[in-house]
Amino acid sequence: MISLKKPPAQAARAQLRVRGAQAADLEQVIDIDAGITGLRKAPYWAEILRRYGGARQQRFFLVADSGGRIDGYVVGDVRDWEFGSPPCGWVFGIGVRPDTRLGGVATQLLDAICDGFRRLGVDKVRTLLARDNHLILSFFRSQGMMAATFIPLEKDLD
Amino acid sequence: MKLQKNTVLALYSVLEFAGRPGAQLSAAEIAGKYRMSPHHLAKVLRALGRAGLVRAARGAGGGYRFAGNPRRVTLMDVIELFENISAPKSGAGRRTARRAKAEVGAAAFEVEDAFGVVLAEIDEIAKATFRSITLETMLKLVERRRRS
Repeated sequence: MISLKKPPAQAARAQLRVRGAQAADLEQVIDIDAGITGLRKAPYWAEILRRYGGARQQRFFLVADSGGRIDGYVVGDVRDWEFGSPPCGWVFGIGVRPDTRLGGVATQLLDAICDGFRRLGVDKVRTLLARDNHLILSFFRSQGMMAATFIPLEKDLD
Repeated sequence: MKLQKNTVLALYSVLEFAGRPGAQLSAAEIAGKYRMSPHHLAKVLRALGRAGLVRAARGAGGGYRFAGNPRRVTLMDVIELFENISAPKSGAGRRTARRAKAEVGAAAFEVEDAFGVVLAEIDEIAKATFRSITLETMLKLVERRRRS
């Protein structure tokens, strides 16, 4: 079964605002990511902020701000998709504080980035994640995402 | 992964119950909707009851009520009650295969072994799909398809 913690109080969620990430948010974003993955990747997130932060065409790094506390983040961009497919929105990172799960934070983040994709004229959003990542897979499924028409492939490089 | 009839009946039934939380539904009602044997379905519902997904309702008419959490119960949680989904690990598979190799000959074994890898890949994708879909998500999908 999917193990998710109880949602926070409604009052706390009411203050939530999704906005572009700023340098001052980075430490909290790194904390959230490290709490989920077990890896503290400060240089990676600094690079993400440099490339995706601010008002950049086709690139999004958004945070859920709850009165100064960052409850979650989402990162993505519009990609001119390979193999002949039209450009699509691509989400390659999303995370929320475990104590806010089931509170709608990730839904608001995904909605916001999808609004950004729509403004850029794309009508499809995609993502890719490990098939044993049940928690995030279930989240994307709950948002109406279905299996794509692509099959990810890999091989070991000798 | 090919699902047995009981498993499919269980999935349909659980979705019926989850879609009407609090409602008391009889085996006959669900059996009628899905054109299945009430006797067959009764056995499935007892298994769902033992797993805590439905609860037998007392009183006039009997029946069952949903007792699970639709945001947490996945399709795989239901499937695992009726199917043995544990696949052999690759090492164990090879050990069995070594024995098979001696019996069927190396050439046939290699083809069968390679085909087994492809089937296992398909199986793993199917399992991941079932694990990622909760009852609530499934009910949303039903609703979307009803509206489209």
